[in-house]
Amino acid sequence: MKLLFNYLIFPGFLFSACIGLIAGWIDRKVTARIQWRVGPPWYQNFIDIVKLLGKETIVPEGAKLTFLISPYLGLLSLILVTTILGKSVILPLESFMGDLIVVLYLLVIPAIAIIVGAASSRNPLASIGASREMKLVLGYELPFILSVVAIILKSKGAIEIGQILNHQINFGSNLFSWSGALAFIVAIFCMQAKLGFVPFDMPEAEQEIMAGVLIEYSGLPLAIFKLTKAVLLYTMPLFLIILFLGKDLSPLFIVLKYILLLVIIILIKNTNPRLRIDQALRFFWGPMTFLAGAAVILAGLGY
Amino acid sequence: MNLKLKALTKSIWVFHAACSPCNNCDIEVLDVLTPRHDVERFGIALVGSIRHADVLLVTGVPNYKTKERLKRIYNQAPQPCLVVAVGNCACGRIMFKDSYNSPCAVDEVVPVSAYIPGCPPKPEAIIAGVVKLIKKLRGQK
Ligand code: SF4
Repeated sequence: MKLLFNYLIFPGFLFSACIGLIAGWIDRKVTARIQWRVGPPWYQNFIDIVKLLGKETIVPEGAKLTFLISPYLGLLSLILVTTILGKSVILPLESFMGDLIVVLYLLVIPAIAIIVGAASSRNPLASIGASREMKLVLGYELPFILSVVAIILKSKGAIEIGQILNHQINFGSNLFSWSGALAFIVAIFCMQAKLGFVPFDMPEAEQEIMAGVLIEYSGLPLAIFKLTKAVLLYTMPLFLIILFLGKDLSPLFIVLKYILLLVIIILIKNTNPRLRIDQALRFFWGPMTFLAGAAVILAGLGY
Repeated sequence: MNLKLKALTKSIWVFHAACSPCNNCDIEVLDVLTPRHDVERFGIALVGSIRHADVLLVTGVPNYKTKERLKRIYNQAPQPCLVVAVGNCACGRIMFKDSYNSPCAVDEVVPVSAYIPGCPPKPEAIIAGVVKLIKKLRGQK
């Protein structure tokens, strides 16, 4: 019963979706202000979701069952991540062995769900989007995991989120060391790619391949994909806060740190053009992997 | 039901189908999204896929090719989907009425819910048309 409550309401689905949708609104509003527009009201994203629930769901001819299942798959696994992260922020000592690795695995599933859904929708533009998403996942996973490895090394090989938090509470945030700072830079870019924001939004490039991976989705499944995006906008910054800025986790400080990360995301988003997929791959496998490797070595040496 | 309708009128996603216009109307449609008029504050956004759209916005006179495309696009849209004809061309074909390559007007292909006349219509006129469309939706209840 308590588990279900955790999963569906408090650190889980309802809470994270609300925060994510509001963060999505902040993003839209700030973007609008940067472009000298007024921007939508704060409840806009909620209304979008409600509206999509009332629309017809169209299944393209010849699409497989995976077309309808994959959105749920992505959202459910993502909520599991939010629940684990939220629980371990509230009670750092109750986390289980190896939950960091579970979180890393589960964080890939939304991307895989998008790829599977797009590939089974039998639309050429969707398959271009799916192939780009696949390459992007291959690109950012390596540096992202390397930067997490740097953190693991820094906290004496702990693969429990709770222990990483404890280590930071005792010895200061990971960000304020050489290896931590390098890994943080890498993780910021990987977060941007995971969220699918400019400059890494080529799977959904509106101007080239329409909505790309989401092109055939309408109604309820589309709403679920939008919710997944919103929850991800809550989960990824929270994950980075836990890994890099875990010294003071009182509610006020969490909110401040979250807003800081959100500002970084929005700034990157609004000051960059979209990269081509080969440029993105080169960026992640070149400089980013190099930086992450350097962070791992520095962490191994104890800096 | 009521909530659905309210959400629909507060978040209109528009798919723009250009059926051989002269492009002036398209430019005016884009003007509506620019900082001066900024319709995103009413929740109106331009989307790239007809599957996401609530409003199908048509400009221009359909010719033999675009007529078929228009019909297909309309059939691909998830219901409820409304059609708005922007510009004199789409409303009534003006001087292309007797042209050899203009088989029919937009409203003979798809059911049109709102006409916005003008050649091209001013952005203000387009916004006024959208307001009328929303009023019509609410009146239907
Ligand atoms: S109504 Fe006028 S401006 Fe619009 S497409 Fe027709 S000719 Fe061009």
